[in-house]
Amino acid sequence: MEYFILFLPLTAAIISGFFSKFIGEKFCNYITCGFTTISAILSIIIFYDVIFNGYQNNLLIAKWINSGSLQVNWSIKIDALSAVMLVVVNSISSLVHIYSIGYMSHDPHKPRFMAYLSLFTFAMLTLVTSDNFLQLFFGWEGVGLCSYFLIGFWFKKNSANSAAIKAFLVNRVGDFGFALGIFLIFYLFGTVNYDEVFQQINLFINDELNFLGIKVNSIDLICILLFIGAMGKSAQFFLHTWLPDAMEGPTPVSALIHAATMVTAGVFLVVRCSPLYEYSEFALSIVTIIGMTTAIFAASVALVQDDIKKIIAYSTCSQLGYMFFATGVGAYNVAMFHLFTHAFFKALLFLGAGSVIHAFHEEQNISNMGGVKDKLPVTYALMLIGTLALTGFPLLSGFFSKDAIIEFAYLKNSSLGYYAASIGIFTALLTSIYSWRLIFKTFHGDYNNQSIKIEKIHESPMVMTIPLIILAIGSIFAGYFFKDLFIGFEKSYQFWNSSIFFLEPLSSEHPPKWFIFLTPTLVTVSIPIAYYFFVKRKDLLPVIVDNNRPFYNFLKNKWYFDEIYEFLFIKSLKKIGLYFWKKIDGLVIDRFGPDGISSIIKILSNKAVKFQSGYIYQYAFIMLVGFSALLTYLIIK
Amino acid sequence: MMNIPILSLLICVPTVGALFILFTKSTEKYNSHKYISVFISIINFILSIYLWYKFDNSNSSFQFVENREWIYGFINYKVGVDGISILFVVLTTFITPLCILSVNSTIKNRLKDFLVAILIMESLMIGVFCSLDLVIFYLFFEGGLIPMFLIIGIWGGTRRVYSAFKFFLYTLLGSVLMLVAIIYIYWISGTTDVEKLYEIGIDAKYQKILWLAFFSSFAVKTPMWPVHTWLPDAHVEAPTAGSVLLAAILLKMAGYGFIRFSIGLFPIGSDYFVSFVYVLSLIAIIYTSLVALMQEDMKKLIAYSSVAHMGFVTLGIFTMTQQGLEGSIFQMISHGIISAALFLCVGVIYERMHTREIKRYGGIVEVMPKYSIIFMIFTLGALGLPGTTGFIGEFLILMGAFKDNFLVAVIASLGVILGAAYMLWLYKRVVFGELINEDLKNLVDLNKSEVIILTLLAIPSLYFGFYPEPLINTVEVSVSNLIDNYNANLEIYMANKK
Repeated sequence: MEYFILFLPLTAAIISGFFSKFIGEKFCNYITCGFTTISAILSIIIFYDVIFNGYQNNLLIAKWINSGSLQVNWSIKIDALSAVMLVVVNSISSLVHIYSIGYMSHDPHKPRFMAYLSLFTFAMLTLVTSDNFLQLFFGWEGVGLCSYFLIGFWFKKNSANSAAIKAFLVNRVGDFGFALGIFLIFYLFGTVNYDEVFQQINLFINDELNFLGIKVNSIDLICILLFIGAMGKSAQFFLHTWLPDAMEGPTPVSALIHAATMVTAGVFLVVRCSPLYEYSEFALSIVTIIGMTTAIFAASVALVQDDIKKIIAYSTCSQLGYMFFATGVGAYNVAMFHLFTHAFFKALLFLGAGSVIHAFHEEQNISNMGGVKDKLPVTYALMLIGTLALTGFPLLSGFFSKDAIIEFAYLKNSSLGYYAASIGIFTALLTSIYSWRLIFKTFHGDYNNQSIKIEKIHESPMVMTIPLIILAIGSIFAGYFFKDLFIGFEKSYQFWNSSIFFLEPLSSEHPPKWFIFLTPTLVTVSIPIAYYFFVKRKDLLPVIVDNNRPFYNFLKNKWYFDEIYEFLFIKSLKKIGLYFWKKIDGLVIDRFGPDGISSIIKILSNKAVKFQSGYIYQYAFIMLVGFSALLTYLIIK
Repeated sequence: MMNIPILSLLICVPTVGALFILFTKSTEKYNSHKYISVFISIINFILSIYLWYKFDNSNSSFQFVENREWIYGFINYKVGVDGISILFVVLTTFITPLCILSVNSTIKNRLKDFLVAILIMESLMIGVFCSLDLVIFYLFFEGGLIPMFLIIGIWGGTRRVYSAFKFFLYTLLGSVLMLVAIIYIYWISGTTDVEKLYEIGIDAKYQKILWLAFFSSFAVKTPMWPVHTWLPDAHVEAPTAGSVLLAAILLKMAGYGFIRFSIGLFPIGSDYFVSFVYVLSLIAIIYTSLVALMQEDMKKLIAYSSVAHMGFVTLGIFTMTQQGLEGSIFQMISHGIISAALFLCVGVIYERMHTREIKRYGGIVEVMPKYSIIFMIFTLGALGLPGTTGFIGEFLILMGAFKDNFLVAVIASLGVILGAAYMLWLYKRVVFGELINEDLKNLVDLNKSEVIILTLLAIPSLYFGFYPEPLINTVEVSVSNLIDNYNANLEIYMANKK
């Protein structure tokens, strides 16, 4: 069964990618959607098995690299953690596949698109089912590659191509850390297999490494290096710049890759390595700090963006920050819970946004929308559900997971924990504001689009709305139904079993009542406030903006990250490259090397030529001089 | 069966074929010579596969050894293979037929001589990888220069003479020192037989100077920084088939030489110069990657990337770890296949457009979809994506380097980021984007033979990426034996020093 889950999407990708001409476009749709759906159903069966029977398995497919003491296999590891990921990846993937039939219906390259989606699913599955760091790395780069293909899917758009390369390269920077982490693990433990590494961990708790003369705890170093990888993939502060640009890709891609699955791989990595992170207090605090910085940074930027997809992208970035600071305070299961619920409502929001964009004929600017809630009733209702779930409106899925994160941060009982909790609450407020801003500007108020007549706006076809409805059901109920399993006190330890390691059990206390009610209240109160500013009194906003121009620009330009990186890395590296090429290779090495030697030879031979004048008296004279010199020498000797 | 001198056969077949072509008149059929040479090189490939099949992986000593007296008491014609050399032999016989197949209308005059040069070159390259006598090795090693010199000088581009001379000057200069060193070795040890030299060892006090002499020759051929500038020029001027041979096989002679001679014969010298090699390798990786980033000529870009990739190879070899050495050998094989394919890819569009300037292209995916897919596969291979051979080589090298020196591995890993940058940027500028240039609209996609050649190269680079066992198994015992010898030699030396 595990083999089917893993290889059905790959088979679909190959068929759709290479044989679309023979079997036709329609058949490609059926194959890719069908196979991923089967895969999704099988994953749910496995998930069920894990919940009720504690099913675990570790299959070996084949040997991969076998060099000296390095032994790496292709493998499928099933435990609670990978089962959760299987369900998330496969179910979202199959829904996105189905949705894409409608969304991409006018695209001439549809089979290629479907093939990429299926290939991505396969790569993501190899990532989550790996039993060693190297296969994880394979999947990691594999999803990165598919993301590269899909962001640049519309290859004629220069901006799309640049965004694709940017995504790949920023991820490569993260992978640089990740790879070094793997090297260090192999260096210390002599293996890259999870189980073997985690078993030996006790031997290395106090092990120290000398790095550039500084003594570093080796577990700390491993955790930090792995986290750099996670930062790249999960678009965390400093390495987040690729995610908003990645919105150049088709919207289903954003939903699948840049919201629900690939970007959560970093969180998965940290949770998977919980046996390592539990022994590194230092790395955990770094994770917390980066996580909460990302959460608040991305939320602040999302407040002022006008591109509907970019707003949701920054929101994803911010929610990933939440997940990371959950792991940072040691609540790995809560992070996984938020990952799980987030997959539903964020995919819903993206696909809903896709539906809006589809209706507006590829318009993405929310200032050019508005007043279409009656025209797009289904999309509007579904987007509302998504927004409520995201903001953590009571009893919807985001409420259970996000509030749990804030509570566990509070219960950590450390200054960092309190700090994280307060940032978490403030970010929740910002989240609510920018989410409602999006809803109000898109659906309420007056119709603002000049180029398309409002009569032309129409609801999306069934093939697009049905996946949305399924996701909406997930967004409403996933939190309530799974909260005991994921984060309940007794049940969750039993469920996660050995897949998550806790050095000390999580605090079983409850935070004070006022604290529990604080976040939901703020979130709910912010709805009418947002309505007032974005619908009732639109005229107030420009005034506020004018009064805070520098601050607004700072947010609008995303804290100037792109400009700084452009200046620091891209321009300077290009300059250095040019300098090396033209100056050092050309003017130094060649000039004094081959060109120099050949010109010296030329000069010498030119001089030698002059000796051959052809006059006998000159030759005779030189012979005479030479002869007498020789004679003199012999006599003196 | 063991009595057939299979290695000599491998060395001789192409030369015999070349002579045959030389002395037969070309018939009315334009391509008859081409087919004969393809046929000959395929026979050679089959022979080498048979050799690989018969080869005993678990035995670390040289196999299929032939030893004939040549000059009494001085030089023996001695050939043999171990796990390391056999892969290079197979690589050579694999690339050559593809290379000949790729020769087409671009070589307008003297096609016959061109084929003769390629076949003779194949003989010489196989000789390099098989020889077990220093003098024989030297002859093959230097002999390989001549056909390449001619290929660039006669069939090259506009600046071919300059490039050919630059190539010749550089490589000859290094080689002279190696010749002196070989004579010196004969003088102090009384033999040039590699197996015997392995046994008796070379006096420690001469090792450093001898190592340097060998190094100067290998460093130029690798090429290492700062003696790399001949390579971009040679590549740019060489015809496609020449570039392929140069990148795929000629560069590997030096890497092989490092393993077989520098490390095998001079362990103490090697140990002394490890940091020196590390520094040069790191410069090669970072420096040339940055230079590659700025190139405007596709061939030059790939040439510079070759220098960076070979930087990884030299780095891996001198880590003296199992992973590092195996990674280096793997990387050489992988680079042999991938760079060959990349040069062929450039050749394909050069032939149609007669320019290699990146600026002139853009958006060709619309008119050449097949080409775009295949070019993408090799781009990914070159940037070391997991699932391609490029990844396994690089990753093992870095792993080995990490064991030896943390900082070296960190810096070298930066090269991996840059590698992705220049390859993807190249691909984007050539293949993606809007098709603006009018001339490009008439481009024809790959024809059948081009598809076959490139697919044949893509298969091993993916297959061994997912399943590298066959290659790693072949080299494993030989490499560990080499490392054991190296460490044993060092220990004895250290003990004596005290």
